[in-house]
Amino acid sequence: MIWLLENPDPFWPLLAEHTVLSVLPTLLGLLFALPVGAALRGRPRARALAVLIAGILFTIPSLALFVVIPGVLGTQILDPLNVVLALTLYALALLVRAVLDSLDGVPVAVRSAAQAMGYAPARRIAAVELPIALPVLIPALRVVLVTNVSLVSVGAVIGIGGLGRLFTAGYQRSYPDQILAGIIGTVVLALVLDRLLALVGRSLTRWDRAGRTAA
Amino acid sequence: MTASAATAAAAGTGLDTALILTRVGEHLAYSGLAVGIAVLLAVPAGLLIGHAGRGAWMIAGANALRALPSLGLMTLLVLLLGAGLIPPTIALVLLAIPPVLSHTAAGIATADRAAVDAAYAMGMTGRQVLLQVRIPVALPLMVAGLRSAVLQVVATATIAAFVNLGGIGRFIFDGLAVRDYDRVVLGAVLVAGLALVLDGLLALVAKATAPGRVRGLRARSPQASVRP
Repeated sequence: MIWLLENPDPFWPLLAEHTVLSVLPTLLGLLFALPVGAALRGRPRARALAVLIAGILFTIPSLALFVVIPGVLGTQILDPLNVVLALTLYALALLVRAVLDSLDGVPVAVRSAAQAMGYAPARRIAAVELPIALPVLIPALRVVLVTNVSLVSVGAVIGIGGLGRLFTAGYQRSYPDQILAGIIGTVVLALVLDRLLALVGRSLTRWDRAGRTAA
Repeated sequence: MTASAATAAAAGTGLDTALILTRVGEHLAYSGLAVGIAVLLAVPAGLLIGHAGRGAWMIAGANALRALPSLGLMTLLVLLLGAGLIPPTIALVLLAIPPVLSHTAAGIATADRAAVDAAYAMGMTGRQVLLQVRIPVALPLMVAGLRSAVLQVVATATIAAFVNLGGIGRFIFDGLAVRDYDRVVLGAVLVAGLALVLDGLLALVAKATAPGRVRGLRARSPQASVRP
């Protein structure tokens, strides 16, 4: 911790980089997972195939993906885009399933009522079904976000990794304090982002708890 | 597919098969050691938490472990304890404990209440209920936890090479150091392939432990194969 107190200047940019590299892929993953999940519903075969592909995608180690993406896309190996893209793929793989599961939980009566009221499919999903699906979707999103925070630091071994770079730098200089600062920073970032997302989820789903206390 | 891709990548790097097998063997050894220790620690703890309904704080503590970065922990331990097998093993064990512990505890705790009550009513002791009712019912979920732990550990064991140990990560780090991209790809393909093979094997184990698939029972009573 002494390192952190004496060297606050390099710490903040790394924290900022770490935050962007973990939050951006989570949001992008959600952005893609929502339409994909909505489109796969009602298509059992395509759905089974997508869930299978997502499962296989998730078995590919992050470090492997970080180093293979530049070869496939022609990006520089030190391009942060590799990490963003790899983590977006993981987020997408996890969230497509979560979106499907959460939409499955929407009562059929609600869907039918919205349809009968004249909601077009896209608007019905966005305005009626998605809010009801949130209590299932938010916990999945929290898992993805916390996973991303820890995966970003692995990127440090290829030179991009936010606070993870304190691990590689501290190790090469045999300076445990610097590594400790990185660990504490990463854990605190994960806990704070998780808490924030939980609060956002709570404020979006007040109706859920209101129903529960009344019942 | 994986094997041929690995062969193609290996041809480009001029590495011989013996070395590749050694690295894969090392990788399996590190992963197996860590998962083994994690199972020895987390399964009994999970059984206790699920069966006695006490010690839920351990689950919360284990979940907080998930936020701990393995690379940071491992490099810190190398500086504090010295190089060797201990730092990466500790980092990997801590990675494997949360999924095994939470799945085991959840499986045991949520075992069908009616079956548990029936077992007690038949005069089974707490120990018998745990061993003969709760564990068999919880087994699929416990295997799911093991599967998740194995995937994470096999993927993360690559970082052992960062602190000068072996394993498949050696190809990735050495390849990056000498800018030999083929060697990096070989490492990546090998890790992904190993993860897929192990996950496939554990999927078979999961299938074998699914309820209604108890040996002998299925052949005799058709109801046993009906799943809820």
